[in-house]
Amino acid sequence: MRFRFSHSIILIPVVFLSFFFIYPLASILVRSLEGNTDFVFVPFRTLFVDSYYLGRIWFTIWQATISTIMSVVVALPIAYFFARCDFPGKTFLKALCTLPFVMPTIVVAMGFLSLFGAQGLINTLLMKIFELDKPPIMLSNTLAIIIIAHVFYNYAVVVRIVSSFWSSLDSQLEDTAKILGGSRIQVLCRVTLPLISPALISSSALAFAFSFTSLGVVLVLGGPQFATLEVSIYELTTKLFRLPLAAALSVVQLGFTYLVLFVYTRYQKMASMQLGLQSRGERLHSYGRPIRGIFIVAMVVYIFCLLSPLGALIFRFFAETREYLPFLFIGLFSDQAGSYFYLSPIIVIWNSVKFALCTVIISTIVGVIIAYRLSGSQGSISGIFDSLFMMPLGMSAVTLGYGYLISFNRDPFDLRGSWIILVIAHSIVAYPFVVRSVLPVINSMDKSLKDAAKLLGASQSRIFLSVELPIILPAILVGATFAFAVSMGEFGSSLMLLRPENATIPIAIFKFLGLPGEVNVGRALAMSGLLMIIVSLSFMAIEKFRYKGSGGF
Amino acid sequence: MIKIDIFLAITLVFLITVFACEQANEDSTIIEEKDPQSLVIVVHDSFDISKSLIDKFEEENNATITIVKGGDAGEVLNRAILERGNPSADLLYGIDNTYLSKALREDLFIAYKSPLLVNVPNHLVLDKTFHVTPIDFGYVNINYDKQYLIDNALDPPVLLEELTDSKWENRMVVENPATSSPGLAFLIATISYFGEDDEYDYLDFWEDLRNNGVVVKDGWSDAYYNDFSLNGGDRPLVVSYATSPAAEVYFSEGKYTEPPTGNLIIDKATFQQIEGIGILKGTEVEKLASDFIDFALDVSFQEDIPSKMFVYPVNRRAAWPDFFQFAQVPKVHSDISHEDIDEKREDWIEAWVKVVLR
Repeated sequence: MRFRFSHSIILIPVVFLSFFFIYPLASILVRSLEGNTDFVFVPFRTLFVDSYYLGRIWFTIWQATISTIMSVVVALPIAYFFARCDFPGKTFLKALCTLPFVMPTIVVAMGFLSLFGAQGLINTLLMKIFELDKPPIMLSNTLAIIIIAHVFYNYAVVVRIVSSFWSSLDSQLEDTAKILGGSRIQVLCRVTLPLISPALISSSALAFAFSFTSLGVVLVLGGPQFATLEVSIYELTTKLFRLPLAAALSVVQLGFTYLVLFVYTRYQKMASMQLGLQSRGERLHSYGRPIRGIFIVAMVVYIFCLLSPLGALIFRFFAETREYLPFLFIGLFSDQAGSYFYLSPIIVIWNSVKFALCTVIISTIVGVIIAYRLSGSQGSISGIFDSLFMMPLGMSAVTLGYGYLISFNRDPFDLRGSWIILVIAHSIVAYPFVVRSVLPVINSMDKSLKDAAKLLGASQSRIFLSVELPIILPAILVGATFAFAVSMGEFGSSLMLLRPENATIPIAIFKFLGLPGEVNVGRALAMSGLLMIIVSLSFMAIEKFRYKGSGGF
Repeated sequence: MIKIDIFLAITLVFLITVFACEQANEDSTIIEEKDPQSLVIVVHDSFDISKSLIDKFEEENNATITIVKGGDAGEVLNRAILERGNPSADLLYGIDNTYLSKALREDLFIAYKSPLLVNVPNHLVLDKTFHVTPIDFGYVNINYDKQYLIDNALDPPVLLEELTDSKWENRMVVENPATSSPGLAFLIATISYFGEDDEYDYLDFWEDLRNNGVVVKDGWSDAYYNDFSLNGGDRPLVVSYATSPAAEVYFSEGKYTEPPTGNLIIDKATFQQIEGIGILKGTEVEKLASDFIDFALDVSFQEDIPSKMFVYPVNRRAAWPDFFQFAQVPKVHSDISHEDIDEKREDWIEAWVKVVLR
């Protein structure tokens, strides 16, 4: 085969991943296991003999399964809504919908507490109405709240990826089915669901991987009674310093994620068919006006119910701080105590946005190239590679953080304390989102469009820019949105050494909640509010980038 | 295609801005790193100090200080062990008496005996080889929510045994000793209080606590802000610090003149935590690092500690701020030596995890 630029470009993600994922991962695993002079497999044996760890593995699997199913069920109506309805303020509502994904777990936990807690809004209300002396709903530290939190975090992933795919589907297929006499439910089950299944599979794989490796949610909301694999790895690595066992657990987690993703990608390959994907919207549904109006109102109410924990936080902020709101903001923007670690919120926000945008750029480039190459390859090998490229999703953030520490600690790559390493770590977690949201679209693209362009004499790059890019751009934007969100939400950042001047919004929030006192709660909530505002605005801005003339996705 | 061009242009402008900002920073850091008088200190997440003090030290010693946070006390130490010989810092602050023996055994530090140690009471100087110098100390004990106790007609317990009584059922939250330093501190306090081999030992107590519905959280913030009734949770007892009630007053913008929480000071059931600093082997600025230790033991630094980190200064000549009247010092705290802690920590934690979590 003749050398082509489009083939060699795959080297960019390959080099990037070898250097920043495989190398640090291998270093820490080797380092952890080399202490065992007798036999490397001893920690693995401990793992499978100790019923405690077997229990952890089992628990991790089933809680992730339930969380994923629930996320999909909760998300589907919204995905349909965004795909098939246009109304003013849609961009804003979509941005709001994606907010939970970014919020630090301790803030979300406080939101749940303000809503469902013993002194939360719902319990207070119920106690007043029914004159009870004990709060009727007790969810704190239960399995239920962990699952609810996973749904709260992950439904947006399903909503965004599925609705983006769905909206580019030609609604004629559904209309035809209806004309041929299919009932609404028949059409849904036999036409629509099979059609959207590539995106559904893709996004639920992400939701599963995220619930599977969940750390913060389980730690903060459930407590150590509900340890997942990732929680065990975290405890063994950072606290107990039993690296061999932690390494063995990381390998098990990675291996299991690989298996699951492999099955997923096989199904995705089977499910995808060439569809007439369009870059413009002409697919609004044929409901009558009043029904459509009612539907929109119902969906908006539904979405606001989902977001109510964040609403409860805002309510709590204004209820608790009304006496000293001005003081609070003066204290936030100028530091009377003169702390060495004080940073103005403006610098903190700039840091967060800077890291997030760099993450978006790196992960979009890496993700799109991978998705593009994967769509081109055929057969069972592509499944193996597809799931290999998704491996960072199953990676324990703790293990990777320690891997960076021992891999990049000597010149010329002494990256400890530098923000670059943070952006790279974020990109490693973020690019699978780009791949997963772009891949179903590329796979389902009508190849005849490309062939027609080729026949008309267009060059490879011209075809990409004029034919393919307009169709996959919405999916890239969805991926970019999540890349931005991953970085803003600071996944695993506390595991890196970070200079104080590089503090981000979540770090500032954690700092305030590290001390007792109402003012600290107020400041943490104020910073959370700022985070919500910045992130919503950014999501809306990302939506704005699109081709001239292509309709409103 | 116009919009794509705008997109690319914005991306380019952004990258140039970031690059330019970094370049400006880089210039200064390169000089910093070439300067032999650069001092890097790794601290745990709770560390805080006035910027004016750091500026003063930099000026007087012609030095530049970088302070890096690296997780909680245990994490900071574990990182230093991983990086042994090629440390990313010159000084490590935050080794407490639960980790002191481990740190000494790992041989991470250079010995330095500060002349200012004469002002530090002898019982606070745990490391007689002077590899780790004490800077501050504090106490871990149970805090209670005053209003909750009044509303429910409960009196603060005076013995730990009372906590297993049904009237305290589902009313307490503790931190996991495997992951949290106040959690470990409280576990040690219960060992000191009940003993290890007595008829009713600490594990019996914990088993009863578990049956009485105690909730375990992995960190202090989770427990204090998600389960403690003062902050919207449903439990009026939380394992926290003796200074927390004082901090509640300090951080209330004048709303409280009396703390909303109280300390349960029970003899032998509080844990004294002494935190220290050490010079990491492999540093190129040993002299400067030892000067910093002197500086940290000096009165101005020591008097800054209470209102920044909410712990007590070790220097007996340092005055305490007014609001520390709400931070009572327990008379009889736990009496378990740091050597014992080091030797048995893992066993205790393992036994505790088996009884309480599994």
